[in-house]
Amino acid sequence: VAVRAGTRAALAASDGLGMPIDISARQLRELLEQQVQLVEVLPAGEYEEEHLPGAINIPLKSFTSENLSQLDRYKPVVVYCWDDN
Amino acid sequence: MSPRAAWQLEALGFTQVHDYAEGKLDWIAHGFPVEGNGPHFAVAGQVADRDAVLTCKVGGLVRDVADSLESVPHHYCVVLNDHDVVLGRMRKKNVQGPPDQEVEVVMETGPTTLRPKEPAKALLERMKKKKVPEVIVTTKTGRLIGAVTQEALEALVSRG
Repeated sequence: VAVRAGTRAALAASDGLGMPIDISARQLRELLEQQVQLVEVLPAGEYEEEHLPGAINIPLKSFTSENLSQLDRYKPVVVYCWDDN
Repeated sequence: MSPRAAWQLEALGFTQVHDYAEGKLDWIAHGFPVEGNGPHFAVAGQVADRDAVLTCKVGGLVRDVADSLESVPHHYCVVLNDHDVVLGRMRKKNVQGPPDQEVEVVMETGPTTLRPKEPAKALLERMKKKKVPEVIVTTKTGRLIGAVTQEALEALVSRG
């Protein structure tokens, strides 16, 4: 899969450091081609109304180790909510 | 909310965490697909059409803009700099002067623009009330995205 330099840099910057990396919509589209884990952290009702393709729902209020166990902590994960306000 | 989620994942040992902080609203505003049962949120960015906007560059000549305005159905031309940032607007009344003048001398500065996340229904109501047929949509940094017409918003809102 072809990956633009900016996305590669974002992935490289996060490798091993763990620090969350802010990404744009276009970077997200590229990451989705690599089958990242996409998580909507809004309440279930908002997720059911509409969500990004392929996203799973883990509301922030339910961020327990048990609920997060469905994610692979060694693979890229992208979180999002409604907007940046 | 998502930044806190991202940092919480980091604290739990996740090594490659990305935060799409602009979020679902930004995704919708780009016109990208969504899934779900609805109702679906409609915003201006979904119907902002770049091809519907006549543009010219700072440094261009009034003569060229006048010719463009005559040859196409557009009633205005958006003046951009080299970074695609909207600096002004040229209407037919602005091209009446000397044809060899540069557009930035005679353009209207600071045309009203709005952001792609603007809720479609409320925007449509405002445009109808003020009898505005079309508005310019830019990014928050002022780069041109396109124009939104009442007709396009009407169709978007009616789709639900």
